[in-house]
Amino acid sequence: MTATIVEKIFSRKCGSDIRAGEVVMAPLDGAMIHDITGPLAIQKFYEMGGKKVFDPKRIIMLFDHQIPADSIEAANNHVYMRKFAAEQDIHNYDINEGVCHQVTLEKGRAAPGEIVVGADSHTCMYGATGAFATGIGSTDMGFALKFGSLYFKVPETIRAEVSGRFPKRVGAKDLILSIAADIGADGATYKAIEFTGKTVRKLDMPGRMTLCNMAIEMGGKAGIVAPDKITWEYMKGRRKMKPFELDSDEDAKFAEKRSYDVSDLEPQVAVPHNVDTGVPISKVEGTHIDQVFIGSCTNGRFEDLAEVAEVLGKKKFNPKIRVLIIPASRDEYLKTLKAGLIEKFVKAGALVEAPCCGPCMGGSFGLIAPGEVSLSTSNRNFKGRQGSTDGKVYLCSPATAAASAITGEITDPREV
Amino acid sequence: MMAAKKTVPVKKVVIRAAPAMKNMRVWKFGDDIDTDAIIPGRFLTINNPDELAKHAFEGTRDEFAKKVKEGDVIVGGRNFGCGSSREHAPLALMGAGVKVVVARSFARIFFRNSINVGLLPVVCPQADKIADGERITLNIRDGCIEADGKKYPIEPVPVFMQGIIDAGGLVEYAKSLKEVPACTR
Ligand code: SF4
Repeated sequence: MTATIVEKIFSRKCGSDIRAGEVVMAPLDGAMIHDITGPLAIQKFYEMGGKKVFDPKRIIMLFDHQIPADSIEAANNHVYMRKFAAEQDIHNYDINEGVCHQVTLEKGRAAPGEIVVGADSHTCMYGATGAFATGIGSTDMGFALKFGSLYFKVPETIRAEVSGRFPKRVGAKDLILSIAADIGADGATYKAIEFTGKTVRKLDMPGRMTLCNMAIEMGGKAGIVAPDKITWEYMKGRRKMKPFELDSDEDAKFAEKRSYDVSDLEPQVAVPHNVDTGVPISKVEGTHIDQVFIGSCTNGRFEDLAEVAEVLGKKKFNPKIRVLIIPASRDEYLKTLKAGLIEKFVKAGALVEAPCCGPCMGGSFGLIAPGEVSLSTSNRNFKGRQGSTDGKVYLCSPATAAASAITGEITDPREV
Repeated sequence: MMAAKKTVPVKKVVIRAAPAMKNMRVWKFGDDIDTDAIIPGRFLTINNPDELAKHAFEGTRDEFAKKVKEGDVIVGGRNFGCGSSREHAPLALMGAGVKVVVARSFARIFFRNSINVGLLPVVCPQADKIADGERITLNIRDGCIEADGKKYPIEPVPVFMQGIIDAGGLVEYAKSLKEVPACTR
């Protein structure tokens, strides 16, 4: 019987054929909690009569949304979670490592064929390794912490086949913004999106992470890329595992198939206040901006920052705007530092912050005022997402962010 | 890992209609209402529903928190509750006294979170016909919403979630379980 990669993951875990549409109590390989959704999850765990978590080694805990503690309430939440970690013998990465999703992958805590949940909607990013990963709420997480299993309705799969070669300064972010515009904000609700095709097979892990990260912006339950040589190379040193075959059968039953060709793709920008509004940059060129944010789990990796540096060249950022650069993790920060890019960014006029979510969610620092406009490499531009509900957020690639940060208005990175 | 497979009998349950499901005042919203709009990120250090309720829809619809009354209902368009997985969103609505959210469709995580915390999400494909300020009745037994003398059909809740609704939420449901046999379907 043929199957999609998602059906195969559930079938492997349970030792029997499981197909989309079936509801199954699936065992979990990992569960991630952070400083925003964690306290509520722990509270629910106790309310459910929880005493010991199912397996402390499978729980990933860290703080990233409000670090270093930016309010007394945040500090209190951190204290509460540290206590829980100590009591349960959970390793807590605390405020030291960076954005939850990046850290989970870097530490090898999600791997091909595994089922991982996180109390955060962008957990779907772990699909970049060929894991089935999905975001859940805090009560579901309380249940997961206690029992190590969770009910899933196995999703159908939308297969997105990508071909063609990316033009210069066009990349994974432009592709996913155009896919989101095509599928729509709820076009993948209850479904997984599998990214495949020649272009995806050639794409590096950071690019695959950017794609899978944004599956949720189409309502997707998961984003996934079948593991290949690039995946197994990434897993080396992170996880002791023998490579194995895992991919959708060509003739599996897909909810639908869509194909994309990136050969003529223009840089894309999602305009306020929805993510599925991606337009070619020519439509918004010259738009006034007040702040540029380069970072987040979507585009805060070394490769993204290297691209920013490349576009920047010997130029300076426009002093009339604020440029905030936040590497997604300590590892990415160090790579950027060693490559001399941090110094370059600071000299060019940027503010470089320690790894964290920063202004991405509007819950911490770097907020925008009423009437202000932010251009951001993150994944959401909802009203109020980065501060005032009377502000505006545009989403773009690191290259576009860099070009715009130089000129002070939305600018085509191919022209800088 | 192989595990013995048992089939758990699915109980036939009907959502228990609460008295508050009659004559509910409508707060009407549009499509793609995200959880950032329901409760902005800067309030997520708060975990108490009553406190969260004070900031529900802050900046999006400021009069909501001031004027919402116990037993009011929210009626949304497509993709209600999209975005962040924050459970603070259904909690903020519950803190405001809302017990039912009706929408043409829901985002997956919000739908599941709502059932888990005891807020009832009702899918009504014709929800856009219901007007702001109108008074509606949710008639679970007949599977419809009654508004202004008209009836709009609602969709049944997925079977596996009915047990959770019947228990009064996932916490209560989980309390009744000693262990969960993995891989049961
Ligand atoms: S960087 Fe942004 S999207 Fe990613 S986990 Fe943090 S707040 Fe969420």
